[in-house]
Amino acid sequence: MRILYFAWLRTKIGLAEERVEPPEEVTDVASLLRWLQGRGPGFAAALQDLSVVRVAVNQDYVKPSHRLSRDDEVALFPPVTGG
Amino acid sequence: MIRVQREDFDIGAEIAGLTAANRRIGGVASFVGLVREMAGDAAIGAMTLEHYPGMTEKKLAEIESEACRRWPLDASLIIHRYGRLEPGERIVLVVTASAHREAALASCAFLIDWLKTEAPFWKLEETAAGGKWVEARTSDAAAAKRWTPD
Repeated sequence: MRILYFAWLRTKIGLAEERVEPPEEVTDVASLLRWLQGRGPGFAAALQDLSVVRVAVNQDYVKPSHRLSRDDEVALFPPVTGG
Repeated sequence: MIRVQREDFDIGAEIAGLTAANRRIGGVASFVGLVREMAGDAAIGAMTLEHYPGMTEKKLAEIESEACRRWPLDASLIIHRYGRLEPGERIVLVVTASAHREAALASCAFLIDWLKTEAPFWKLEETAAGGKWVEARTSDAAAAKRWTPD
């Protein structure tokens, strides 16, 4: 699974992109976020308040209950501020 | 038409190009977003726009298709810049053209409202106190929501 981080999630985590092999209990977006939170202080800080984290899977917005598959492109980012 | 680019754009040339070949067009509406020099009380030295290549183009194309579904448009254009921009520089251009003004004006407002809440762009402001990521405004979400029937 490929995970992309943008804006302050990228700077807090210290990564723009990574490939991960989550454990079997990661089946949907909510469980992926729980697993990521436990991967270190940068992840814990960036993912502390999930109300300000948006998730896109394969470049579409998804809800926490969205089911994941191994070849998904998952992106985590704050609410958008373009325009 | 969608363009996501680092370079500036020429508003007059873009509008002329969009409307040149179509004599059905009777009204053109446009919105231009600029970098403000102030963020609250802090002076901005520059602003850096980050985006999600791929998803940005996909979301802008979806928003544009939705505008074409809702209004009888003859032409439309969204240009959004990324990278480092200084106060006064252009960030975004939205142009819509139709036989009559109502569709052009309404769809232009719709496009910029939706773009602000859907397109994956983020602004980092540079001030004397350092870099600060701009927070999303609840008024932007409210502006986009007025286009959604209850």
